[in-house]
Amino acid sequence: MKRKSNEKKLTAEVVLKQLLCICLSLIVLAPLYLVLINSFKTKSESARMQLSLPTQWVFSNYADVFKKAKLMTGFTNSMIYAFVSTTAGVLLCAMAAYVLSRKRTKINNFIYYFFICGLFFPVNYITLVRVFQWMNLTNTRLGIILVFTSAMIPFCVFTMYSFVETIPKELDEAAVIDGANPTTLFFRVVLPLLKPTLMTCFILQFMGVWNDFLTPLYLSSKSKLHPMTMSVYQFFGKEGSNWNYVFADIVLTVIPVVAVYGLGQRYIIGGVTAGAVKG
Amino acid sequence: MDKRKVYPQWFLILPLVLYVVFFLFPSLLGLFYSFTDWSKMTSKNGLNFVGLRNYIEIFTSNKNYANGIANTLRFTVISNIVKIIPALFLAIILYEGLRGMGVYRTIFYLPSIIPFVIIGILFTSVLNYKNGMLNGFLEAVGLGFLKQKWLSDLNVVWKSIYMVDAWRGMGYVMTIFMTGLSTIDKSYYEAAKVDGANFWQRLWHVTLPLMRGAIMINLVFGVTYGLKVFDIVYVLTNGGPGHATEVMTTYSFQLYGTGQYAMATAFNSILLCITAIIGILIVRGMSRKGEA
Repeated sequence: MKRKSNEKKLTAEVVLKQLLCICLSLIVLAPLYLVLINSFKTKSESARMQLSLPTQWVFSNYADVFKKAKLMTGFTNSMIYAFVSTTAGVLLCAMAAYVLSRKRTKINNFIYYFFICGLFFPVNYITLVRVFQWMNLTNTRLGIILVFTSAMIPFCVFTMYSFVETIPKELDEAAVIDGANPTTLFFRVVLPLLKPTLMTCFILQFMGVWNDFLTPLYLSSKSKLHPMTMSVYQFFGKEGSNWNYVFADIVLTVIPVVAVYGLGQRYIIGGVTAGAVKG
Repeated sequence: MDKRKVYPQWFLILPLVLYVVFFLFPSLLGLFYSFTDWSKMTSKNGLNFVGLRNYIEIFTSNKNYANGIANTLRFTVISNIVKIIPALFLAIILYEGLRGMGVYRTIFYLPSIIPFVIIGILFTSVLNYKNGMLNGFLEAVGLGFLKQKWLSDLNVVWKSIYMVDAWRGMGYVMTIFMTGLSTIDKSYYEAAKVDGANFWQRLWHVTLPLMRGAIMINLVFGVTYGLKVFDIVYVLTNGGPGHATEVMTTYSFQLYGTGQYAMATAFNSILLCITAIIGILIVRGMSRKGEA
């Protein structure tokens, strides 16, 4: 008898939990659905911001926005910034984290914590503009890429450092005995073993750069250098009353990050600083 | 094996140079400039030292600058409480093996991959007084009296920002907690159950102590995010109504826009000091744990 009442209580509990999760899912999904469905409506219908299906499906919104919002420029720039800066950043940080983790001299420990401090500090964009003037980097893609790469160093070094520890040192020794020089040892033996943490860092930082708004806001005054976040914001400022266009623009801007997330999901979930979480 | 030869120190050169030139040096330079009258007029008038004038201006002027600092600190505390506590319970509920756990986890994580700018634009629509989805929903379920001018009422606007911020960030925090939970050995719970511990006792004596790492990560990311918050405030309210939702970074951006560069870097330097103090405390805690 006792066990039976216990089971009943359990099912009531499960139902409550399911209800909670379903409600929360709806809260998360409703605004996203709102964007999607209204991006297919006419201007006047989308202005009412209803969740109902469009009375008339206007697929041409997307073609219009694609031209009006200069999406191709934005997409190309975002792609260049995210891909180049993240590739460079992940590779450089892997090299640094490897040496810092393997060779723990006093100076290297200091350098490690020196990097980690950057997790907290804000970037000073105002003086960065000044540094750009001195280095002739004002309004260049290279400058923006270098800033993104530098800004990801603390997080990547922090994440990779603890992962390097999990790779046995005996491997290094064996490779050295086999006659590998230090560079081959790292690129041929160690780097392939770092793949999980490289992927986690790459995906998180790629999405981070893609979503960043503050850096281009300060550092690119020319619209031909704007990434998608900037073009979407400016488009909103210009065409804010045309919600059908704004929503279509949002959908097109979000598709690439959602795709990257979908492809790399298994590396993020569980991979988010797993080493540190265990610590 | 000779460590000096096997692990080449030159691997560190490029990251160090980039980090110093584009990250650390601008911050220190900002500290220097915050004691000058640097502005867009400097090319004409030259650069002069003014001592603490910019800082005095920030704390004593009638322009509410100090309020921006208070708002930043309040946002950091409240936005984290609002996200971390519910996310913890949500993670526990899902982790205890609810059907559809994987689907829920993906859905809850989804908002945190969307750019803040877009979330800002999206919620100016959702929170619109006349046609917005939120007021529409409240009316439809008979709670019309709860309708608010979400983004223009002084008493509500911060709550709206916390709400949007939690909508975006809670799934991310929850995911880190779930990773933390997955590292806890189930036998601890069985032992606790045998001892007759209830849910709260298990939470307090087993889950929380064994999730120190995950809690730490969430605090570090949450606090640094809160102190540096910009995008979501800028796009949702742009510091308004009036200057009610101004934070340090939005003030800094405005001052930069009007050419008062020294004042803008003074704001950044205050932010740098606050984050440095918190950072040093946390890094110290981490390195001490490493030695133990």
